[in-house]
Amino acid sequence: MFWPESRMFGMDPFAELRRLQREMNRLFEGYGEAECAWPAINLWSNRDEVVVSAEAPGVDPKDLKVTVQNDIFTIEGERKPEDLGENAVTHRAEREFGRFSRSIRLPYEVDNSKVTARYRNGVLTVTLPRSEVSKPKQIAVATE
Amino acid sequence: MKENKQETAVETKKPAETSAVELTRDQPVFAPATDIAEREDSFVILCDLPGVDEKHVDITLEEGVLTILGYQDTATPADHEWLYRGYTPGVFRRAFTLGSEADPNKIRAKLAHGVLRLEIGKSEKAQPRKIPVQTE
Repeated sequence: MFWPESRMFGMDPFAELRRLQREMNRLFEGYGEAECAWPAINLWSNRDEVVVSAEAPGVDPKDLKVTVQNDIFTIEGERKPEDLGENAVTHRAEREFGRFSRSIRLPYEVDNSKVTARYRNGVLTVTLPRSEVSKPKQIAVATE
Repeated sequence: MKENKQETAVETKKPAETSAVELTRDQPVFAPATDIAEREDSFVILCDLPGVDEKHVDITLEEGVLTILGYQDTATPADHEWLYRGYTPGVFRRAFTLGSEADPNKIRAKLAHGVLRLEIGKSEKAQPRKIPVQTE
């Protein structure tokens, strides 16, 4: 058998192949994919909140929009080119400009009203507290 | 044409002994995205240094070689687990050869929203001088 027994029943036998293909694609695309996604994002979480930080240098905070809907977090905005003055000759242009948008699914629903965002030194840090509804509740097991 | 000048804006690898500072740190070193433009009397360099405080930027211009060093704030939220890692904080380092035109006494640096803007004036002798032509 080419796939584990547990996957055999009621499952598309090609699902495993497709998964492998996806994995291989990711392996080869690697950093290319990561580079396309601007800004670069780091995500942390614990039981009570998610913290997102994004490297978005050169963006005016006025042009930055952070939205949260249920468990989808979106950061969008625009990076505008700097004024170099007239008659400037460009030797090197590695910094990119334009509109960007990134959405991320969070591990749980967050409380929209308690989300805080801070932009400092070109890094956006957003703290998203977990909504009370989505917090796990422990149920006491009674013994007889 | 002006943009084909080889001596300007050519990236160089700096020998380790002249920039021993960052070698003592156990952090990854990245080359920040940089724009370089030249004007008649100055160079303008824009460098993306996200997460770098103005106190942690080191700019030197020695013998025509400009070196930019920036140390990112590597603090991570305490008591949290990694969910997704899109970037790693570290050290930004980039060096450019500007040639003898760049005047070390005429550097203006500004760091705003994680972008370093350097304006380096050209020395007097490098600036184009208009020579009046006399007619008889």
